[in-house]
Amino acid sequence: MKVEVDKERCAGAGMCALTDPEVFDQDEADGTVVLLDPSPSGEHQRKAREAAHLCPAGAIRVVE
Amino acid sequence: MTETLHPVLPTTRSTPFDPPPELGALRAEKPISELRFPDGHHGWLVTSYDLVREVLADRRFSNRAELQHAPITVGGQVVPTQPPAKPGMFINMDAPDHTRYRKLLTGQFTVRRMNQLLPRVEQIVAEHLAGMRALGSPVDLVPNFALPVPSLVICELLGVPYEERERFQRDTGKMLSLDVPFDEIMGALERVERFVADLARRKRDQPGDDMLSGLVHSGELTDEEVANMGLLLLVAGHETTANMLGLGTLVLLRHPEQLAALRADPSLVDNTVEELLRYASIIQFGTGRVALEDVEVGGKLVEAGSTVILSIPAANRDPDRFERPDEFDIHRSASGHLGFGHGVHQCLGQQLARIEMRVGFNALFREFPDLRLAVPVEEIPMRTDMGIYGVHSLPVAFS
Repeated sequence: MKVEVDKERCAGAGMCALTDPEVFDQDEADGTVVLLDPSPSGEHQRKAREAAHLCPAGAIRVVE
Repeated sequence: MTETLHPVLPTTRSTPFDPPPELGALRAEKPISELRFPDGHHGWLVTSYDLVREVLADRRFSNRAELQHAPITVGGQVVPTQPPAKPGMFINMDAPDHTRYRKLLTGQFTVRRMNQLLPRVEQIVAEHLAGMRALGSPVDLVPNFALPVPSLVICELLGVPYEERERFQRDTGKMLSLDVPFDEIMGALERVERFVADLARRKRDQPGDDMLSGLVHSGELTDEEVANMGLLLLVAGHETTANMLGLGTLVLLRHPEQLAALRADPSLVDNTVEELLRYASIIQFGTGRVALEDVEVGGKLVEAGSTVILSIPAANRDPDRFERPDEFDIHRSASGHLGFGHGVHQCLGQQLARIEMRVGFNALFREFPDLRLAVPVEEIPMRTDMGIYGVHSLPVAFS
């Protein structure tokens, strides 16, 4: 699995960092998404899919 | 030739916690249906989870105030279309203005930053529970807990000096009260507006470690913009959280087996908060958007200029998305609910609201293990005609 994020689209709502703080973080300055792990494994794959679905701005893409 | 008269937005509830039943019937038969607005506008009403989410994520729909028609009357009066948003009031703007303002704040509302506020929220909650205990049973939970806790948290964020908080709280409380005459409400509103504007100016000379100071010294905003952004944070973060605390307490008291489960395992509070946001959707008449061009939604052509009402309460009870949607169940995963909206306008303060509710509910039911209603549920005044649903007052008893 590969995760891609788009900081331009990101609205900084924090749903991804809430869903899996080991894969996603938020930029200290503007709250936008920071990708910690672009190739999550195990349980984190399910959470990454959930984060992509929850993202209000469509800024997270999961490529299986 | 007679013109077809489209239905108006259903607003009458048959139970305190469930949305108007007509919304459920529409969702099953016509998840996007034509809607007549009080000012004569013909627009649309969307009631299914998938379509509400689709429209909120679609950037061809605008949230600009000056384009929207109001779906309900207020005090029997037609609400005219509002003027364009004042500088800084970015909730009613579109990209790129909305983006520019919002990005100046998103760094302040991250999950991490909000978690850092946890000890202060715990302290504020504990002080108010002690205040309730001192007043004795029975006591009204709304003015003694639900309203002041989020108001003080906002004081903390904005950097309102301690000695000025009581005055600030008195006025913000008045702004939301039913018992206060209209001109007094307007007077309180003006005082709060002046107060925040004055506070923003003071932060230019004497900055602190707070959000207003951060905005003032971003170097990108005028004092007027900072003041309006401060007001927006107040308006968006006070009435909403306060009503979730009040209504959420009532929902839990009316579901004793669920409340017992939460008491037995306080770690269920995260899930409980999400389920409350789904089950008790307080944004009861909306939200609304306006098509900037012709857009097809659910097989219907929404013409440019049409206002579309997205029913959050109906979407959050959609059986295609949530099993047994009308059951309150703190064990379910309510993740994906639309209580905070969706799309680029999704609630900026949601991580703070979550913390206030998690701390608030757990501390309330820990401090008062036998908390109960002090009056029959039928006597609790519900906010049936307010944009944000909840309880006007909530008399509770404890020993």
